[in-house]
Amino acid sequence: MGATSVGPVRADQSASARMPRLGLRVRRRRHPYLLEAFTWVYLAWSMVPIGIAVLFSFNAGKSLASWQGFSLRWYLTDPNQSVLHDPALHAAVVQTLRLGVLTTVIAVPLGVGLAIGIDRWRGRSAAGLSFIMVSTFVVTELLLAVALSFVFSQLFTFVSFGTTAEVLGLVVWNMAWPGVIVRARLLTIGRVYEEAAADLGASRPSVIRRVLLPMLAPAIFASAVLVFASVIDDFVLVNQLSSSAGSQSMAVVIYSNVHGGLAGPALNALATLMLAFSLVLVVVGWAGYRLMTRGERTSGASALGQIAGVG
Amino acid sequence: MPRSVHKPSNRAARGELLWAAIALPGALWLVLLFVVPFYAMVAVAFGGANPLFQTPVPAWNPLHWSGSNFTAVWHDIVGPGAYIGPALLRTLLYTAAASALALAIAYPVAYFVTRFSGRRRALFLTLLIAPFWVSYMMRMLAWVDLLQTNGYANAVLSFLHLSTQPVDWLGGHASTVILGLVYGYIPYLILVLYAGLDRVDQRLIEAARDLGLGPWRTFCHVTLRLSRPTILAGMLITALPMAGDYYTNQLLSNTPSTTEVGNQVEGLLSLPGANGQGAALALILLAILAIPIAFYVRGTMRGGAGALA
Repeated sequence: MGATSVGPVRADQSASARMPRLGLRVRRRRHPYLLEAFTWVYLAWSMVPIGIAVLFSFNAGKSLASWQGFSLRWYLTDPNQSVLHDPALHAAVVQTLRLGVLTTVIAVPLGVGLAIGIDRWRGRSAAGLSFIMVSTFVVTELLLAVALSFVFSQLFTFVSFGTTAEVLGLVVWNMAWPGVIVRARLLTIGRVYEEAAADLGASRPSVIRRVLLPMLAPAIFASAVLVFASVIDDFVLVNQLSSSAGSQSMAVVIYSNVHGGLAGPALNALATLMLAFSLVLVVVGWAGYRLMTRGERTSGASALGQIAGVG
Repeated sequence: MPRSVHKPSNRAARGELLWAAIALPGALWLVLLFVVPFYAMVAVAFGGANPLFQTPVPAWNPLHWSGSNFTAVWHDIVGPGAYIGPALLRTLLYTAAASALALAIAYPVAYFVTRFSGRRRALFLTLLIAPFWVSYMMRMLAWVDLLQTNGYANAVLSFLHLSTQPVDWLGGHASTVILGLVYGYIPYLILVLYAGLDRVDQRLIEAARDLGLGPWRTFCHVTLRLSRPTILAGMLITALPMAGDYYTNQLLSNTPSTTEVGNQVEGLLSLPGANGQGAALALILLAILAIPIAFYVRGTMRGGAGALA
């Protein structure tokens, strides 16, 4: 099609005539201004609403549509409706951070262990575990939440709805982060350093502690940041497994108050705080990752040196 | 100096045990809190209800399973006065419309950033990733603010003389819900498309141009064709959560005219005596989504194996 229409033109060109044509082949690529404009419009669309929501959390009045001056009323100073003074909003901030810390502390070691185990201990059960782990990643969150609420109400009745059930569920939902990320890292570093350390006489536990874990540290750290961030934003599991107002996270409080209830800039203030937590995480995560991967090339070799007694 | 010498075979056997031990806590957690819960859901769905307290009576033994919950749900899907059927249909419609719209927006953006952003690529990538760090609830809240009757959306429309009457955007419009879904899930799609388009070999595009294809045909015959698996993966990643979404419509419309199947599951669970039907409907939803989920899991696992080789 394209080639046939070009064919005849080519056919009457002699070999010598091709030389100058080669020079012309360097096409000047015209910049696609239309495409770039589209991209900028998309970016504006994706950010401006959030910017406006943040702005109105600082509004002095109750309105979400007309600006009445800057104030911290909805964060600190309003005696009843500010995040600091409204017990429901206050509790939501505390509960969100509690869930984030507890889930990260449990899910990351479990996920890292699972990743190492699956990667090193090949076999049918490892493949099955890997399948289950990936499934937790893609199964619809509502279905997991429904299944968990049944198991806690029918079988594991000793688990109470509220923080306990929420953490148990969030760990399942987030364990795949360290699982997948650490496993990818294990595949890239291979087994060279471990085998070298074993040849130098290090025992298996010592190989794990002195070679494997230091080399996995950046991946473990990155996955911890991702788990924490994803728990802060989580809505479905916390909503389905919470028991009372005290065990609701910020996302759940925003959801249940958008229509009626606490609607108004106080919710925007709560959402802005969530955003602030995430931004702190981005900065900590980025800085930490840079710090940990600075000596990347040498970390494996230096661990080996220490084991051999020369490092 | 080697501190100790093991017999290799002995070491290997103990190693196997050690690796299994390391994986054990996580494995137990997944079995007890992922596999068992789904079985509990199956048991409740195939079980009955206590006639006095209206609590579900799960049937743990498959020999005692009864299909009464499924029959009841089936009547609510297709029977007279069915209310779940429309919700299922709506879920399908919203998911399809929102996925298509998201693709139409995401593809050009991802294409531009991979091919033409040049030295500003890091800037564009940062801006594309930014929405990931804003919680879903906040992004929906932002639109609830804008779409109020006296909000900025109506103000802009009347300023441009596009509408004279303020529109009640949050009063149960399907278009508002679809907009919310697109806004909520498009960042995932863009990143998947970006990663896929970035892998399209530039030399093939050059070759197509050298062989005389125009820019438009090059795009259709090379770039678009090579990015088909990526488009499929991106559609799966966005459509799966969209199909299970029950909060976007609640936030942006909150009327029965936009309820989706997730809302029906939630509703049945809070209705006394209907927990079994809720579980049955959840299982039906799972069965519908199982095909795309399995497709995705297989792709992921094969990708992992490919990286191994």
